[in-house]
Amino acid sequence: MSRSTSTIGSPDRRLRAPVALALPALICLAVLALPLISLLVRTPWSDLAELLSDESARTALRLSLECAAAATGLSLLFGVPLAWMLAKTDFPGRQLVRALVTLPLVLPPVVSGLALLLAFGRRGVFGRYLDQWFGIQLPFTTAGVILAETFVAMPFLIVTVEGALRSADQDLEEAATTLRASRFTIFRRITLPLIGPSLIAGSVLCFGRALGEFGATITFAGNFSGTTQTMPLAVYDALETNPDAAIALSLVLLATAVVILTALHRRWLPAVGGGL
Amino acid sequence: MSTDGTGGTEPGSALQVSVRVQREDLVLDVDFTVGPSEVVAVLGPNGAGKTTLLRTLAGLSTPSRGRILLHGQPLLDTERGIDCPPERRPVGYVFQNYRLFPHLSVRENVAFAARSSGIHRAQARRQAEHWLERFGLRTLAARRPGQLSGGQSQRVALARALAADPALLLLDEPMAALDARTKLEVRSELRRHLADFAGPTLVVTHDPLEALVMADRLLVIEGGRIVQAGQPADIARRPATEYVARLVGLNLYPGLQGLDGAIDLDGGGRLFATGAPADARDRPTTSERVLAALRPSAIALHTSRPENSSPRNLWEGRITGVELLLERVRIEISGSPSAIVDVTPAAVAELELAPGTRVWLSAKATEIDVYPDPAEPVANVGEEV
Repeated sequence: MSRSTSTIGSPDRRLRAPVALALPALICLAVLALPLISLLVRTPWSDLAELLSDESARTALRLSLECAAAATGLSLLFGVPLAWMLAKTDFPGRQLVRALVTLPLVLPPVVSGLALLLAFGRRGVFGRYLDQWFGIQLPFTTAGVILAETFVAMPFLIVTVEGALRSADQDLEEAATTLRASRFTIFRRITLPLIGPSLIAGSVLCFGRALGEFGATITFAGNFSGTTQTMPLAVYDALETNPDAAIALSLVLLATAVVILTALHRRWLPAVGGGL
Repeated sequence: MSTDGTGGTEPGSALQVSVRVQREDLVLDVDFTVGPSEVVAVLGPNGAGKTTLLRTLAGLSTPSRGRILLHGQPLLDTERGIDCPPERRPVGYVFQNYRLFPHLSVRENVAFAARSSGIHRAQARRQAEHWLERFGLRTLAARRPGQLSGGQSQRVALARALAADPALLLLDEPMAALDARTKLEVRSELRRHLADFAGPTLVVTHDPLEALVMADRLLVIEGGRIVQAGQPADIARRPATEYVARLVGLNLYPGLQGLDGAIDLDGGGRLFATGAPADARDRPTTSERVLAALRPSAIALHTSRPENSSPRNLWEGRITGVELLLERVRIEISGSPSAIVDVTPAAVAELELAPGTRVWLSAKATEIDVYPDPAEPVANVGEEV
């Protein structure tokens, strides 16, 4: 996440790009832009409303939003404390924990899904006890979707929040200490409000990643309409039977991505009301 | 080393400190007491360990060994394994940049300590209201710290610290963040608030004027050690170190005083003083280490060697600097010894004093104040009595 410094209005002479750099840059741009443009070109605009009002499409959209929201909520509830531990305390094996936290960022989602299956599947290492003792079955359920999305998306939140906690103002926390505040009070009343923007940014990133999750979900939770079929899975399904529907659903996901990006960008701009 | 001035004896003092703090670049090793409701200014150059001392008292820094007693209760005693965590020490801290919570209003800042200690919101607000009233902050109560001036921020910081009902108050350079004009207004106000506070107070500063105005007693720290402690007036008259002498604007010469009263200065040169070690009750039997203080206005300047001059001290030097003060001109002279000399602007014009000019300096022996050098602790003063 680079924070580029804007140089608009700078009197310095503009740099003229040499062809050897400009040409590859243009090709790169084309690779990124052409698929998205094509998606817009091929969108059946006239049938769009009808395609999206289809029962299964609406179910998939609702399920996607619900699961992604739940995954983000879980990430906040459990991920923020872990981020705090990583940023503020020193415990043996902290580096290992940090590596573990970031692993899902680079791990192929299918592998994540398989690992989840081996852990929480009905005959999995832990899953068998969940089943035997509590009658809880995670694979191929909506709860499984949420777990898969949390597994893949939580690192985005943890990494963002840990960075913010690290650079958060130690001086203010110290001042709070001299005002009788316990560690938890400081966390609640000083630290959390101060990292608010990063908390939102991390949540949005987490939500976005959860919404697009495909590999881990289909491996661990399967592809059942109404219970585990989220938007990306629905797109994948529709591609074989009804390509127009697939495009329409994809358009919704693209629009969501754009909204998320805009929200993030606004967060990264200098705070408007001086809230910090 | 015991350095109490008005603080009184150990049992009567509200704060007893004896700590040693190891920092990468410095070892702070101090031992002092502060009386109840006494305001002590901690004066010293940058990096002397002033802030480290405050942080240690507040529990934000951990000393390698030491003992801190506040009203007889130990906040720290490394020998007995006591180290009260900062949030449980009844210590108010006004930080150098105030460190107000930017996301909370002035009212919430002031109510913070009460809320932290579990007091109900409504009651915490009522208590805050009392402090806001007292510090004239009622009209600013809803503002965020970002909307306050420097002077207002300082008031909020002090109100916030006092609202926690501390038994000891620490202020770290409370004026440093203010501009010159605001300083003047805030200083007397701050002094008033400190006078109202019942417990011992430590104010860190490197501004001697601030120290003189606000404190009952000064503690001068250099290189992690207390080099001088006492009444502001005494310290201003008889500085113990070069640093203090420069602060109060005196020439200070360490040297060895012989039986004849002549002082051989460490930096070269010789001065005669009448009387002789004013503090020594009996005449010294051998040469002793002394400090000789000489006011810049007590030195006369001449452009040629004065004929049949009466002052016993006469030496030559070269002007290295000329600086205009309020009503006089301060001349820096290198020689044996070097000196700063205050003259009138008229004299500067008349004698054509400028950097590079060779001058003769003269000073009466009666103008030189000689006292034992405290840096030389035992020597022979008092030991035989």
